[in-house]
Amino acid sequence: MGRITLDKVRKAFGDVEVIPPLDLTIDDGEFVVFVGPSGCGKSTLLRLIAGLEDVSGGQIRIDGNDATMVPPAKRGLAMVFQSYALYPHMSVRKNIAFPMRMAGIDQAEQDRRIESAAKALNLTDYLDRRPGQLSGGQRQRVAIGRAIVREPAAFLFDEPLSNLDAALRHGMRLEISELHKRLDTTMIYVTHDQVEAMTMADKIVVLQAGVIEQVGSPLELYRKPRNAFVAGFIGSPTMNMLTGEDAAKRGADTIGIRPEHVTISTTDGTWKGTVGVAEHLGSDTFLHIHPDSDPSKTMTVRVDGEFTAHHGDTVWLTPQEEHIHKFDAQGLRIK
Amino acid sequence: MATQHSRSAARIMMAPAVFLLLVWMLVPLCMTLWFSVRDFRPLRGGDLGFVGLENFGRFVSSSAFWPAVATTLVIVGGVLLISIVLGVMLAILLDQPMWGQGVVRILVIAPFFVMPTVSALVWKNMFMDPVNGVFSYIWQFFGADPVVWLSEMPVFSIIMIVSWQWLPFATLILLTAIQSLDSEQLEAAEMDGAGPLSRFGFITLPHLSRAITIVILIQTIFLLAVFAEIFVTTGGAFGTRTLTYLIYQRVLESQNVGLGSAGGVYAIILANIVAIFLMRIVGKNLDK
Repeated sequence: MGRITLDKVRKAFGDVEVIPPLDLTIDDGEFVVFVGPSGCGKSTLLRLIAGLEDVSGGQIRIDGNDATMVPPAKRGLAMVFQSYALYPHMSVRKNIAFPMRMAGIDQAEQDRRIESAAKALNLTDYLDRRPGQLSGGQRQRVAIGRAIVREPAAFLFDEPLSNLDAALRHGMRLEISELHKRLDTTMIYVTHDQVEAMTMADKIVVLQAGVIEQVGSPLELYRKPRNAFVAGFIGSPTMNMLTGEDAAKRGADTIGIRPEHVTISTTDGTWKGTVGVAEHLGSDTFLHIHPDSDPSKTMTVRVDGEFTAHHGDTVWLTPQEEHIHKFDAQGLRIK
Repeated sequence: MATQHSRSAARIMMAPAVFLLLVWMLVPLCMTLWFSVRDFRPLRGGDLGFVGLENFGRFVSSSAFWPAVATTLVIVGGVLLISIVLGVMLAILLDQPMWGQGVVRILVIAPFFVMPTVSALVWKNMFMDPVNGVFSYIWQFFGADPVVWLSEMPVFSIIMIVSWQWLPFATLILLTAIQSLDSEQLEAAEMDGAGPLSRFGFITLPHLSRAITIVILIQTIFLLAVFAEIFVTTGGAFGTRTLTYLIYQRVLESQNVGLGSAGGVYAIILANIVAIFLMRIVGKNLDK
């Protein structure tokens, strides 16, 4: 079981309130991702749940029991750190065994759990090596192994993939998702990378300056962002935001249209513009277009990889009206 | 920059310094070796000629030799023990965030800047003096008889003085080592259920092992040559005669340069054995 409830949890460092009172419920077995720009308080929130930071107010409940004052080790949570935090002077086996050794679990049970974790994480051949002799991805797996053997109520991940290169990051993303499916344990995952959030989460929590901007499934956030911040943060490439006449015509202060929801034509359309940079990904091409009405602005458009356009070409853009997001002066979505 | 030309230019420019260092080292070494095989007594007949290895035999067979070796080992061992145990504790203490950290750190390091002679005299006259010393006041305050430190427990007194001088050095090196410990490791251990003592034993201490080895290596080499602290306090009496002090006595008090030089050669060999032994430990640590 791993149902975590935050009730008016607040955190201040001295006079600076980094997290104003915040409510959040994480259901058992959910994969929740905290996402937001750096400095938004997502790591602090995770450390509050872990117990590595003391809350300044409010209550944290784990499976209904008040855990606000419970020391980290007794909360039944396991954490994977950004730097992996492996113990460099211990072998992989001893690293994985460490939490069990601290808990006083008998040797036979320790060995059994180490073997099964090593098998699940492809670490069997590396058990007698030291962390310094492993690659980044292997170290990451050891850190996960050390978390698994504790059989925790929930796993906490603090930007675990940010030290890996792009190819490994993709592989580890899949491995962690698979692990979640297999263990069916609550996982809380902190990242600043919205791609990780979109691909892994059951539920995304978007944070800005310690405030929860929106909670929802990846597609909810993509389709119905509650405000302009979430709209700009979720989705890649980012949403085009337009103000002025185009927005006023639709009864909004700002309108947003995603690059994939703009139709491009070489003959006619709503907005005329000039092609700037074209990013060819093969399957898709991202065109950065400077509208003639204001050439200093850039609109991004996602087109099929077969579409050919060159720097300086003139094109017409037409937004798909049903996909336009409207926001009022406060940045809130207009229904 | 590292072209053939600039490299040879660098060598030429370094040459005078290297030459000076070599001469500085080699001339006294050669003179020591030369005197050690001669019977040289400046006030009793001068240089009495070549005597082979006789000085070496006489230095070792002297009744003062083995006690001096034992005293040396006790002093070196005692100072190492005190400075490392207290050094680790102080380093952990100084690593805690506190008000005025910078000033406190400088104060802790301060004893290292006091000259050995001065600090030994301060200890002898201001702390350990049986009549006017601070310790005697403390003992009397509690109604006890003041301890005559330098004659009742002379070796311990010298260990205390030398430890006081070397504690800052150990603290400084161990503090920098502690500061390089990844705080996430300690947090991970905390989440893994390790209490403060386990965290110290399983994470902090292994992390410090290399720094501790380096402290032992450097201190041992310097502690083998401790002299001023003995000279100004006990003058080698009451069983505080170390190997270094014995050599000094042979050369200056007995005016037997040949015998003293032979002792000096023994000291060089001993220091080198320690250095090689400890370098290998450090080397092994660095491989990990």
